[in-house]
Amino acid sequence: MTTQAPRFWRSIPQRYNLSGTHCKRCDEYFFPPRNLCPNCRRGAHLEEYTFKGTGSVVTFTTIYNATEEFEKLTPYNLAIIQLDEGPKVTGQVVSCPGGIKIGMRVRPVFRILGKEGDRGIIYYGTKFAPLVEPSCEDEKR
Amino acid sequence: MRSVSIIGVGCTKFGERWDVSLRDMIAEAGVLAIDDAEISGEQIDALYVGNMSGGRFVEQEHIGALIADCAGLSRLHVPSTRVEAACASGGLALRQGILAVASGYSDIVIAAGVEKMTDVSSGTAADALAAAADREWECFFGATFPALYAMMARLHMRRYGTTHDQMAAVAVKNHHHACYNPIAQYQMEISIDDVNHSPMVADPLHILDCSPISDGAAAVVLAPTEMAKKLSESPIKVAASAQASDTLALHDRRDLTTLDATVHAGRAAFVQAGIEPRMVDVAEVHDCFTIAEILAIEDLGFVEKGQGGQATEEGLTALGSSLPVNTSGGLKACGHPVGATGIKQAYEIALQLRGEAGRRQVDEAEVGLAHNVGGSGGTALVHIFTR
Amino acid sequence: MAKGIVSYGVYIPRFRIRLEEIARVWGDGEEISEGLRVLEKSVPDLDEDTVTIAVEAARNAIDRCSADPKRIGAIYAGSESHPYAVKPTATIVGQAVCSSSSFTAADFEFACKAGTAALQACLGMVGSGLIDLGLAIGADVSQGAPGDMLEYTAAAGGAAYLIGSQDLAAEIEDTYSFTTDTPDFWRREGMPYPEHGGRFTGEPAYFKHVTGAARGLMKRLGTVPEDYDYAVFHQPNGKFPLRVSRMLGFSKKQIEPGLIVPLIGNTYSASCLIGLAATLDVARPDERIFVTSFGSGAGSDAFSIRVTDRIDEIRCGAPSVRDYIGGGEYLDYAMYARHKGKLRV
Repeated sequence: MTTQAPRFWRSIPQRYNLSGTHCKRCDEYFFPPRNLCPNCRRGAHLEEYTFKGTGSVVTFTTIYNATEEFEKLTPYNLAIIQLDEGPKVTGQVVSCPGGIKIGMRVRPVFRILGKEGDRGIIYYGTKFAPLVEPSCEDEKR
Repeated sequence: MRSVSIIGVGCTKFGERWDVSLRDMIAEAGVLAIDDAEISGEQIDALYVGNMSGGRFVEQEHIGALIADCAGLSRLHVPSTRVEAACASGGLALRQGILAVASGYSDIVIAAGVEKMTDVSSGTAADALAAAADREWECFFGATFPALYAMMARLHMRRYGTTHDQMAAVAVKNHHHACYNPIAQYQMEISIDDVNHSPMVADPLHILDCSPISDGAAAVVLAPTEMAKKLSESPIKVAASAQASDTLALHDRRDLTTLDATVHAGRAAFVQAGIEPRMVDVAEVHDCFTIAEILAIEDLGFVEKGQGGQATEEGLTALGSSLPVNTSGGLKACGHPVGATGIKQAYEIALQLRGEAGRRQVDEAEVGLAHNVGGSGGTALVHIFTR
Repeated sequence: MAKGIVSYGVYIPRFRIRLEEIARVWGDGEEISEGLRVLEKSVPDLDEDTVTIAVEAARNAIDRCSADPKRIGAIYAGSESHPYAVKPTATIVGQAVCSSSSFTAADFEFACKAGTAALQACLGMVGSGLIDLGLAIGADVSQGAPGDMLEYTAAAGGAAYLIGSQDLAAEIEDTYSFTTDTPDFWRREGMPYPEHGGRFTGEPAYFKHVTGAARGLMKRLGTVPEDYDYAVFHQPNGKFPLRVSRMLGFSKKQIEPGLIVPLIGNTYSASCLIGLAATLDVARPDERIFVTSFGSGAGSDAFSIRVTDRIDEIRCGAPSVRDYIGGGEYLDYAMYARHKGKLRV
């Protein structure tokens, strides 16, 4: 059995909590984190930044034919999401029985991203789901 | 820098070639090209071969040495280099060959491309191809190539009103062209309805919006133009060779409905050749999916941004119109053995400019263009050829 | 020093299967649903397991009171369906919710009471002054073999509790446990589904231990059922908690707010913790809640809880149990089998 544990482990902060970078000089946010700011390059002032995870669907597809690893999940939604801080990310959108739409607001959810078969490690991380406010809040308004 | 010309071309039949191996195909294409150029092995100074994923498809790396060996050139110790830029590996091999000749380091150079994709299951093939996307930040979340282009298509439809019928028109046209191409994988007509009713792969792309899994190899022989005039009766001049890069991941692009790498490589190529897009007589563009051809003809400047779908629907890119696109059948219908595709495009353009394209011949074709894309647009190559 | 619940959070997957659909497949009568007093049960999504459910519940607990996760000094995750036999659920939860690494963590297993055992451990750590905040979790994607009685109720869900000594939303006045070696339900190493002793899981197991712990705690505190506004008992089905509450002298009205099993099934380690959360969702300051869990094997943990003024401040900070119960998507047995990995491919 082959495992890619080190490779997965290295990016756990990004997979679990959307940890990225922010360049204080040009005020651009990056996900995944960048070692070099493409605007300021060596003049950059990069700091760690954890994204809120909320954003909007820019474009999407529903995948019916997947690679071997994802065959058991079809059909599933994949989208490019623009995070509220600016950067765009690719991710699955779950829990939307009403369908997925361009412009739809989403929030992050914690899900299984993949497994190394029955014996290897389990890759956990972030997917997205439609943003819903707790009902309590509605009553208050 | 020296001017470079193509003095010989060769291409195997594309398709599911169950009975032949990667080694068999590259030898076949190489021999065809060398025969066409009427040169001998001793004259060859260098080999460049485009191959995306020998490691995944046939568990073979070190393709450079393998090719030299299969081509019978091992005892001549000809330097042989494998280059890789995903689906643009062939176009990149061509460019490396051109640069080697232009620089004066080499005189006669073979640029080839090969891919053997049908020895693995379709799931494994899809995964190998997905390696051309961003493995960590796209594929890890379940992205496939059709999915990435489907997301471009979705936004193009939303922004410009492009319809699925217009995308299907690309497939219908390219299948029609392929009927006239003896090496094409699918020499059969299809209808808009056929595309619309074929199984969904990644919404809105159906299976007939996608290029197939194919086996095949192609090769061209390059020489300095001065020498080419003596060696060949009909050399094809390389008027421009341009290459551009962009972010690996689609989501990082400036605009999700434009391949900036194509725009930049295209502009550079037109400047080098000293021509404008409207002067192109025949073009082979990278139609790995129907939407990709629509994006390509827009990004290369053949039509306005957003007009690609309508232009295709109106037949402006069909054989017999002012700019026939993908007379070979394109990746869609001629087939897409990824490493071979960029070389096959040059092969097709060379045949067109030599007037040897048979029933798909474009009348009085003098300027041809080949456009090859790697991944979802991380690499683009544009070559312009003249008679 | 008063100690207790600083915050709480739950998570219940949105898929449901009706018991009558399971009965249809196995040729059992529709009356089975009535007998168990369970109408439908929750089913995890294809990409959900105990860990993902635990993380969602823990995030809800932290968000509800806007706690600084750096304060968490211990994470104990209770489950009988940890995805790894070796490798903790608690470390994954910790990485997903904590911004530091200075916390202790461990997984607990005690059938359906691993969650309350985790809660007790946190109380001990807080009470001894070893930690500031503890995170106790009960979460399960429980398994019932196809055609087995367990399949009618084995459900998925999770609850997480932040345990501390400051800013309490509910004080835990005392806890008492009753434990014996009783093999009423078990799963051997490497086996996909648990086995059980049928009716042996009732009298000598559930009822003996729940009443043992409940009576023990009330005796120690000198309280009687009438002293409590609410009561929550482990809910393997809808029948047992009703019967045990009658045996102990609690009324139907006291247990109703926390009786969630008819609509989501038995969420095992989360069962009585979700019941408690549903009760906290509606409880008012100064009200008292009596809670008793049950875990096969066997044991019960009883808790006496008093709600504080702070409950009103944190109530709306995260989804309520009712938020997760409404709007489910129903699956037929075939899709349910796919979701639960019952189809071997």
